[in-house]
Amino acid sequence: MNSAALFNTVTIFYMLSTLAFIGFMASRNNTAGLAGSVLAWVGFAIHTIATGLRWKESYDIGLGHAPLSNLYESVVFFAWSIVLIFGIIDAKYRYRIIGAFVMPFALLAMTWGQLYLPTDINPLMPALQSNWLLYHVLTCFLGYAAFAVACGVSIMYLIRAKVEENSTDSAGGLMSMFPPIKVLDDLNYKAIMIGFPLLTLGIITGAAWANYAWGTYWSWDPKETWSLIVWFIYAAFLHARFTKGWVGKRAAWLSIIGFVATVFCYLGVNLLLSGLHSYGGL
Amino acid sequence: MSTESRSTGDQAMQALASLRLTMFLLICLAVVSIIGTIIPQGQLPPEYLASIGGEQGNRFKLYSLLGFFDMYHSWWFVGLLTLLTLNLLACTLKRLPHVWKLATRPEVVLSSALEQAATCRTELAIAADTDQEQLIKSITAIVGRPIITRQENELHLFVQRRPWARLAVYVVHASVILIFIGAIIGNLFGFKGFVAIPEGGTVSSFTDRAGQERKLGFELRCDQFTVSFYGAPGGGPSQMPKEFKSILTLTENGKEVPGYKHARLIVNEPLSYKGITFYQSSYGKTGSHRFMVGTTALTVSSDETAHLPDGSSMHVIEAVQDVSPFRPGKTGAAAQLDIHPANGGAAVTLVSLANHPEENKREAARYGLPVITYLGGSERPYTGLQVNKDPGVWVVWTGCLLMCVGLYAAFFLPHQRFWFRYAHGRLVIAGHTAKGQAGFRTPFDALVERLKTSLNKEETK
Repeated sequence: MNSAALFNTVTIFYMLSTLAFIGFMASRNNTAGLAGSVLAWVGFAIHTIATGLRWKESYDIGLGHAPLSNLYESVVFFAWSIVLIFGIIDAKYRYRIIGAFVMPFALLAMTWGQLYLPTDINPLMPALQSNWLLYHVLTCFLGYAAFAVACGVSIMYLIRAKVEENSTDSAGGLMSMFPPIKVLDDLNYKAIMIGFPLLTLGIITGAAWANYAWGTYWSWDPKETWSLIVWFIYAAFLHARFTKGWVGKRAAWLSIIGFVATVFCYLGVNLLLSGLHSYGGL
Repeated sequence: MSTESRSTGDQAMQALASLRLTMFLLICLAVVSIIGTIIPQGQLPPEYLASIGGEQGNRFKLYSLLGFFDMYHSWWFVGLLTLLTLNLLACTLKRLPHVWKLATRPEVVLSSALEQAATCRTELAIAADTDQEQLIKSITAIVGRPIITRQENELHLFVQRRPWARLAVYVVHASVILIFIGAIIGNLFGFKGFVAIPEGGTVSSFTDRAGQERKLGFELRCDQFTVSFYGAPGGGPSQMPKEFKSILTLTENGKEVPGYKHARLIVNEPLSYKGITFYQSSYGKTGSHRFMVGTTALTVSSDETAHLPDGSSMHVIEAVQDVSPFRPGKTGAAAQLDIHPANGGAAVTLVSLANHPEENKREAARYGLPVITYLGGSERPYTGLQVNKDPGVWVVWTGCLLMCVGLYAAFFLPHQRFWFRYAHGRLVIAGHTAKGQAGFRTPFDALVERLKTSLNKEETK
């Protein structure tokens, strides 16, 4: 068994999990919801094994580096992180329906990686030969994943808020499966509470590494600047809680915009702009 | 000071300390920062600047006026950052005294207002003859050492955990300012520059970003520069570089510095001496090449673009003194050239050979250029080093560390307070947590349960 075949299996598990969650939403059948979670967890376990295997394979061909060094590997790790953060929230708060809004992100990432990106294991260029690679990518992507979960929860928040505005019967229909609006707001905040310190660590490890490799901890490179833009948006989100007129829907929108900026920071910068951080490109 | 001006001052302070201003500044910074990621920053080639000219260069003039080509150092961007700092300081001044009081001088008696505001509250009925000292002992063992107040017939106990966590958010705010201070120190007292040292060559100065020549205070010699490549799958080297390596020797007043003889410098492993750090940043070749262009003799350096008599410009991409390994059947020196023709035509890449004039003539005819003959030259590799001194960098790292610790404490370590009021066989317990209210019930109940068990045990003794 090689890692490539395992990653394909993972993609199928995430697809089945997503379908089960959508079925759960449509049918309100708890078995479907449980199936969604179990499929996600099994997929995650295989994903972890496949990542370890790819790491080992890189040693077998004499290159020997963590599978976090190009666009394909980062997309796959992004999906892994999303499922991990979703799993933690699922285990802790037991609002299974969130899976229907979060697993699609993981599925999308895996599908794109498996179908459209070159999957070769490449040697590391001199600038990437550093232990900082591991710490930097780990912290950044766990942070991004927390923001993906927050984005999914925010979408649920906006849907529920909209439905509640239009009808007096707040607990009826599909909405009865959604967590209460206060809980969604709280989960959004909790996910960003995980994501923000991780993003901060990601930026700091990136700066420390840049200082070590190039002698400048900050050079306003597009990647750096976009990570700071994301940081500003979530810093605003964290302050919105205490600011009159910013609580509720506006905060949910900030969380969604924050994730859009995150995706741009991750992919847009590498695919559309030029700069120092070119290893993540196609 | 008149009342009116004081109220204006108060209003200004009020506005400066408002969270709405914080929101505005953070969102504003996020939006304007995008500009510099789309418009290239720093020293730009004139061709690019001409391309954005717009009508009569108006767009270019507007961008320059607004500092868009160096926007992160423009007056308005720095102004926004300054305003954010002032906002931070004003917020701290406004709120810190209250929070400080909350942490250092807590309310130790459970008032009815506190009881209502508490996250969790419960009541235990315990034997009226329970020894108060025993009650205090149990609470000390299970919750922590209490502050004891006796009021009329009531016994009040107060225990708090992590009151300092209230200050964590101010630690985060201070860390932002510390990072700014570190950056300013680096800008004022540090420098960044570049130096190229040919193999075998020695330098004692470098060029900083402003183009000024600066003394190092010691000498740096490049003993060797090498590039190694990864192996290709089919054997032999691939195009993928594995390592750029300079071997350097440092001397001071002509004497070798111990530990810096044949020191290795590679990417990701900088070399520091006396506060100055060197980073492997680029490499190339230096030397000169002799050409005959038509009937004119011309000498061109490896890194220079030369102008030919007919107005074309020429640049040496690569040169070898013996071409035979690359072009079987040919001998002598050869140079690969990049030429921008005078007539504005497309750039041309051609090879000029020292021993084969007929080929040179053919190339000249093909592109409508004068006949260019490479006569030979000499070159050697050079290593390009980033030179850096930043006395503020440790302040920045301290700020980063404080920010991480502060964020962790601010998000995950809540300040918890517990009040106990005992009178006439009734024990009222109130618990309050500064965050994580939803998850507080379980530990609170567990704590009450342990207290109950402990008190019952004492009773049965």
